[in-house]
Parts: sequence; C-alpha cells; structure tokens
Amino acid sequence: MGGVLIRPIILTVCIYLFLKFIVPVLPHSAPLPSSLIFLYLMLVMSGSVLFATLSGESKDAFFQPILRFLTGESGGALSSARYLVLALFPLLVGWQTYGSTASSDAPPGENRTIHPAPPGEYTGLSNPVPKTPENIMYGKGLYASRCAPCHGNFDGKGFAAAGFTPPPANFKDPTTIAMLQESYLFWRIKKGGVGLPVEGMPWKTAMPRWELEMSDEDIWKVIMGEYDGAGQKPRTWDESE
Amino acid sequence: MMDQGLNITNHGRQIAGRMALLAGCAAALGWIGLPDVAFAQEAAAPAPTAYRDLPYIGSRNLVWVVAQLHLLLAGFVLGVPIFAWLCEVVGWKSGDKRYDKLAKEFTKLLTSSYATTALFGGILLFLLIGFYPKLMAYLTDIFFPSFLVYCGLFLVETATLYLYWYGWDAMSEGNGKKFHIFLGFLLNVFAFFIMIVPNSWATFQASPVVIAEGTDFERAWAATWNPTWWPVNIHRIIANVVLGGYICGAYAGIRYLSAKSAEERYHYDWMGYVGNFIGVFGLLPLPFAGYWLMREIYQYNQQMGITLMGGFLSWLFILQAMLIGVLFLGSNYYFWMGITHRIPGSEGQYRKPIMAMLIILLLCLAVWMTPHSLVASLEEAQKMGGTHHPLLGVFGVMSAKMTVSNLMVLVTFMSFIMYWRAGKEDTAGWAKVAKSVMGAVLVLAGLAVIVLGVWGYFVPAIIRINYFSTSQVGIVIFVMLTITPLTALLLKSAKTTTEMVWGKMPPRAGYSLVLNAVMVILLMTLMGYARSSSRVHWHVYGVMRDSSQYAFSPALGYAAALMALNTFLFCMLVAFIFWVATMGDKAKAAASAKGSPEPGRIPAMAGGSQALDGPVAERSEQQGQV
Repeated sequence: MGGVLIRPIILTVCIYLFLKFIVPVLPHSAPLPSSLIFLYLMLVMSGSVLFATLSGESKDAFFQPILRFLTGESGGALSSARYLVLALFPLLVGWQTYGSTASSDAPPGENRTIHPAPPGEYTGLSNPVPKTPENIMYGKGLYASRCAPCHGNFDGKGFAAAGFTPPPANFKDPTTIAMLQESYLFWRIKKGGVGLPVEGMPWKTAMPRWELEMSDEDIWKVIMGEYDGAGQKPRTWDESE
Repeated sequence: MMDQGLNITNHGRQIAGRMALLAGCAAALGWIGLPDVAFAQEAAAPAPTAYRDLPYIGSRNLVWVVAQLHLLLAGFVLGVPIFAWLCEVVGWKSGDKRYDKLAKEFTKLLTSSYATTALFGGILLFLLIGFYPKLMAYLTDIFFPSFLVYCGLFLVETATLYLYWYGWDAMSEGNGKKFHIFLGFLLNVFAFFIMIVPNSWATFQASPVVIAEGTDFERAWAATWNPTWWPVNIHRIIANVVLGGYICGAYAGIRYLSAKSAEERYHYDWMGYVGNFIGVFGLLPLPFAGYWLMREIYQYNQQMGITLMGGFLSWLFILQAMLIGVLFLGSNYYFWMGITHRIPGSEGQYRKPIMAMLIILLLCLAVWMTPHSLVASLEEAQKMGGTHHPLLGVFGVMSAKMTVSNLMVLVTFMSFIMYWRAGKEDTAGWAKVAKSVMGAVLVLAGLAVIVLGVWGYFVPAIIRINYFSTSQVGIVIFVMLTITPLTALLLKSAKTTTEMVWGKMPPRAGYSLVLNAVMVILLMTLMGYARSSSRVHWHVYGVMRDSSQYAFSPALGYAAALMALNTFLFCMLVAFIFWVATMGDKAKAAASAKGSPEPGRIPAMAGGSQALDGPVAERSEQQGQV
C-alpha cells in the first residue's frame, strides 16, 4: 500500500536530481533556472496525485499513510518524526516568508522582453535592396567589420562576446532572426540599444546605434548578409520572397 | 475775465466729469458684460467631451468588468443553444427521452441567462456612451447600418427563443416536434449572426478598414469585413461551445454533489458526462482556431503580432498554456474516472494505458509551459548565457507549441475512444485487423506530428506556418476521421461485457467538472485582456488614439487580479441564475419527497458520501446498481 505513496516521492526526487545535475552536463546545455525546475516538479507532483486518485483504492493507498502519520497512528519511530515535522513546518514557513520579504543585495529575477514590438514606422517595411550575390557579399563584408567582433561567425561568439551579459545574439539559432521579419532587424540595427522602447526595459544591450555610421542601404545589405551567413530565412508572408 | 475763466474751467470740469461718468459706466458695463462675452464665446464653440471618468473605480475598470461579464454571458447563451439543439435532435432520432429532458433543462436556464445577458449589454452600452462619447460617435458613424441589423436580429432571436421554450411541450410529437427542431435551428442561426455583428465592431478596433468614400452601407460593410473578423468569429463560436459545455458540466457536477437520491445521482452523473464530452468536443479544434487568429493578427500588423507573441503580452500565453493544460488534464481525468468508476472491473485493465496517456500529457504540457525567455536570477542567467536556455530554449517557440498541442489533442481523443470502448468485447471477424490499423494510424500520426514539429525549425517561417502547422492539424483530423467510424463499426457488433453504471462517481469527479468550468472562464478573461491590450494606446488601431488618462497597458499582475474578479463575479451570476431557474423544481421535488421518505439521503458534497469512494464491489453492495 505504501508503495503508491513512495513511488511518486522517489520519482519526484529522481526528476529533481536529473534536472538539477544531469541536464547541465548534457552537450550544449547549461544549468536550469530554479523557476523552470519548480514548474516541472509541480507537473510531476500534480500528475502523481491525479493518477493516485483515479480509484478509491489507490486514493486510500496514497493518502492513508499521510493521514496515519499526521494523526499519530503509525507509532514507533514515525511518531518522533511526526513531532519533528510539527516543529520544522512552522520554521520552513518562517524561512520562506523571511526569504521572500527580507531586503537583499541580490538583483531581482530577469523578466526582460527580448523582442519588444517595433515602432509603427518600421512595421511593414520590405528590403528595397535587390538580393544579388554582390549585395549579399557586400553586406557580409560590412558584417565582418562591424558586427562580427561581438556576433562572431553568426553564432554570437565574437572575440568581444565574453564581455557582455547577456551575450550577443546567435543568428544560427533557429529561434532568433529566423522568427523575425527583415524590417524588425532594420529597426534594431538602425536604432540600437538606445532606441528600445520602454517595453524592452531593462535595456540590457550594448548594440550601437548604427544609423550614425551606416546608411539605410548598407543596413539592408548587412541584413541580407546576416541571413545568408547564418543559413536562415526571414519571416515573410509571401512564399516567393 | 476771471468769471469767464471760471466758467470755462467749470464747463471743462463738467465735460471731464461727464466723460469720467461715461467712462465709468462703460467700464462697469464692460466689467459686467465681460463674462457674458466669454460665456458667449464658449457657447459658440463648446469643447466636445472625449472622456468621462468614475472616481475611485475608474471608467476603464468598470467597462472592463461589465464588458467581460457581458461577453461571458453572451458566450454561454450562444453556446448552450447549439448543444441543447443537438441533444434534442439526438433524443428525437434515437427515441432516448433523456436527451430531450437534458435539452429542455438547459433551455430553461437559457431563458433567464438571455435576459441577464441583454441587461449587461444595455449597461455596457450606456457606460461606453457615457465614458467614451467621442469614440462611440466615431463607431456609430461607421457602423450605424449594422446597429439596425443587430436590433432586428435581437427581435427575431427573442421571438424564436420564446417559441422554442414555451412551445416545448406543445410541440413534442410528430410534425410539431419537427417544427420545434426547426425553431431550434433558427435560434442558432440568429444567435450566430448576433455574435458576428458585434464581433465586427470589436475586430474593427484591432484591424480597421476605413474607406473615406461610399454610402453608409458600403463604409459599414468594408469596416465589418476586416482582416480579423472571420478568425475571431470562428474562434468565438468554438469557444462558446466549450464554455457552454463545461458550465453545464459544472452545473451537473454541483447537482450531483448535492444529489440525495440514486435517481438524481444517475441523472446528474450522466449530464456531467454529456457536458464534459461537449466541452472536450469543442476543445479539440480550439487550438487550431486560436493559431489561425494569431497568424492573421501577425500578418495584419507586425507590431501587434510581436506585442502579443514576443512582447510584453507574451507572458499571457504561458499562463494560457497552464490553464489549457489544467483543462486538458481535468477533462481526461474525468474520462479516466468514468472508466474506473462507471465500468466495474475495468480499473486494472486500463491503468497502464491511462498512465501512458498521463505521462504524454504532462510531457507535452511541460514543453507548452516552457517560456522562450526564462525567469532567472542574474547568476542563473549568466550560467545559461542569457535568459534563453541553450538546450530547452527551443521549446519556447511556436513549432514546439503547435506540436505538443496537437499531441495533447490526440491523447484526449484517444481517452474518449478508450472510454467508448470500455466494457465491450469485439466480436467482428475483422476486429483484429481494424485494431491494428487504428494502432498504426495513431502511432504514425504521432510520429509525423513530431517530425514536422522538429523539421519546422529548419525551414523558413512561412513554410512552417503555411504547410507544416496545417499538415499537423490535418494529420490529427485524419486520425479522428479514421478512428471514429472504425470504432463505431466495431462497437455495432461488439458484446457488452460490463454495463455502464451511472451515479457511482466519487465526489472529486463533480469537483473536477467545476474546476474545468472555472479554467475555461479564466481562459476567456485572460484572452479578452490579451485581445484588448494588443491595441496598446489605440482605441482604433492606427486610426483613433487613446488620449485618456488610461492610455497605458495595465501591469500583468493588476490585470490578473481583475481577471480573477471577473471570473468570480461571473460564477456568482451563473450560480444565481441557476438557483433562480431551478427553484421551482426543488420545491416540487421537496413536496413529492415528503410523501416517500428515503433512508440515507446524504449529499455527496465535500466528500460527504464516503460510500461513493470505496471499492467498487463494496459500493455495489451498499447501494445496488441503478
């Protein structure tokens, strides 16, 4: 009977250990933030409760050990453990409350809008520069001199990248520029970090305002070079583009 | 000379005195008349009032609450006639009187809900005219012809509803029944148009089409046929069916929990099943309709699309994933409990498939709920190299979300098929082949959905949106269209090994029905906020700017509080309507119960009836089968 309760506990602990210690060492991976681990563990626990309460028997098998423990019916060493829980539970609540209300020098959690909406005048723009091999090559040349120091070989690993938090965007990642229209990139390159709207706060980007150094035509060429170099296609609504 | 001089001086003084008097009078008149002139100027060109406000509460908050309640009530009164009519048709065709009784019971709820919806519509209209006179004048100028159409539709809808409800018993047999069913059909046709006409006003605000020339009718028609009108129409009609189904399920759940006799438990258990089935039936195509709507919004305006899907409103879609996830889990849980409790002896047989389906649902939900930009401390973000996780970040985009939503739809469909087949044994000679075909179709479909989802990362966005996502939807529809008729054919010749026993569900089944309804209401309030906020600081996007003091998007926490308030108020309203509508029945039931007291009449509310939750065999002994 106790197995119905023990199994979900073991499962939850195993999944926690997997997310906390195994996922970070997988190739091309990194440690998961605690918010995501919490989310996944909540799902595991919810699933366990749902499965355990499908029938009357399994529900009793799941909750009876908890009830027996809490009401002191278990006896033996578990009775002492019950008093321990009784003492520790208020302390846990107190610790949580302290942790969430006490002032701290740690910066708050990140909740940045990475892709804020562009201003109206940049929506619906299409690249006016013909997509010729020459223009793409010219754009790549401009990219190499101006963008590559940070964005590297379109992978966000330029020699200066290590100096930035968050790091420069990786254009080869299919979840970055491949999701955006060319007009969006035009706005971001032209106006840089200082051109971000309030919605994009905190403005954690070192992107220069390239309109001071490049013409609009050159910016469009850089965009073509970027997509070509990263092996991505911009978001369009027309299949022929 | 001196006298002459004095005379001249006196004369001069007299003239000066008269001049001073005249000047004084003129000054006094001017002083008195000045405000009149000023007022006259004001009267000549009065500044039009663009906005009015309500102290403490705020005009926007009040309109938000009233509009949301009106929309929720409207969703209910437009969704319920669809399945009330379908139930009536099923009852008429099959001869099963339970369906006719069910249809009638919900039509009774409809009459009182209809009046409340119209009442809230009226309040909303007065508030809009009062708080936003300039905007309303603009919208009236464009849409006046459709206002008239709307009034006409309301008249015919009301007349049809009266005939449909009051003529139920009078038209219960023969041609009368046929005419009654025709009235139900008409009711739904008018209801559909009543929904799409105001949809054009709301969608015009988001994606306006304004033509400067033409007749009033031409201008109204152009504004009505705006880019997001049909996507919203389709999305809303499906969502209304879902809302209606789950609210009826919740009603049945509460009645089941408070049922005191086996008969009542039988009836409301069955009604809960029907409500849940209709809710799930609507829920299956809903993600596809939502996807189409978002695609149209994004294509209409990149700014609005990014505000919703990548900007500050994108967090709403994580909340949406959580709510939809709970809804899918709740609906499946109810099916699984139905197998366990209504079909004695089936628990062990179906435990493993249920566990497999639960695991797939949870994995899909984990992917759906994973945001692209994660909430992380500075230290965590540094370790990840930004707020995108290098490995799990791929779960944060549409290709992954579409894949898992399709898989969840497939699993939910299979839950229903499993429930349908439970307690029956195939006797047809071709049953083995049919089951192999169904298994193969299901596995291949699941794999195809996953392959298309992964492949979607490596093709241009337009290919993914136009072909891959639609193919995924097509595959799921193909599975449904293949497995449903095959199962129906198999079951035609199948032998029933265990009869379905109604009225034996544990109390938590009733609670899960209530929870599903609350989730749907929360979802609708959430997406109502998203749709409205995507216009940001525009009353009419790109045409009429919001220049009021409320021309800012409320913070997500503030919005969440208002959504919760709206959900609570709507639940209270519905509870009140149901209470009023069923007051007479309760009085009748109490009067008849006095004559035949039944021992052990304990409601199951709050787990009061432990007997319902014991082992099946034990319960059968205690209560006997119905």
